[in-house]
Amino acid sequence: MQTALFIIFGLLAVAGALNLLFQRHPINSALSLVVVMMSLAVLYWSLGAEFLAAAQVIVYAGAIMVLFVFVVMLLNAGEEERTHGSRIAYIAGIPGAAAIFCLLSFVFLSSKTALGTTQLGGYLSSATSNIRDVSHVLFTSLLLPFEVTSILILIAILGAVVLARKEL
Amino acid sequence: MVPIAYYLILAAILFCIGIAAFLIKRNVVTIFMSIELMLNAVNLTFVAFSHMWHQVSGQIFVFFVMVVAAAEAAVGLAIIIALFRTRQTLNVDQVNLLKN
Repeated sequence: MQTALFIIFGLLAVAGALNLLFQRHPINSALSLVVVMMSLAVLYWSLGAEFLAAAQVIVYAGAIMVLFVFVVMLLNAGEEERTHGSRIAYIAGIPGAAAIFCLLSFVFLSSKTALGTTQLGGYLSSATSNIRDVSHVLFTSLLLPFEVTSILILIAILGAVVLARKEL
Repeated sequence: MVPIAYYLILAAILFCIGIAAFLIKRNVVTIFMSIELMLNAVNLTFVAFSHMWHQVSGQIFVFFVMVVAAAEAAVGLAIIIALFRTRQTLNVDQVNLLKN
């Protein structure tokens, strides 16, 4: 079952990412990115990270992508025009990305047996979900970083309000 | 029974598509989206390794990455709105005020 889930949603994620790359209109790219994030949420769930699957749907697909779609609609962004200012990106960037991918897959495939296989739902706790384990670590030993992130969010909200004001 | 290596290779594919989109795309909003795609690919790697080592540390790291990505998206899109207000364009080739 996990193999089927991995194949279906992995292919869906790759197809969405390629669609993001090839679509010209930003709204189409945004919607294909939503597809990628939803498939990644299913993959997180199959790896035993239920909390992260929910957070992926709520935070990424729900909040961040809505923000993106709002900005695309607000600025009335049309299709991007093809310019030739990025020839160096085509010459050096695409082979570079392909080289990085080849290197990474070689490393992963050569250590495939050492990495092991997955089990559906994860090992962390068989009876219940792992939200308990995550929250226990998050609110005891990592309490200070957790609080610091709330301050970071507050500063980001203030910065966004100041930057998007009419008179800058 | 999927090998962990396949999850990592899927993450590598998504990351490299993100790099390619970052380099090819000319629209600043789409470039920002490809950064989010790369962050998601790295998150998948963290979750796979967390599964492999039977520990929640990787998942908590992904949680913090999500928080920082949300803050980054808010500030970045505000910068894009301010940029559009002053330059009237979203094309990164025409945003070259610091070039000369």
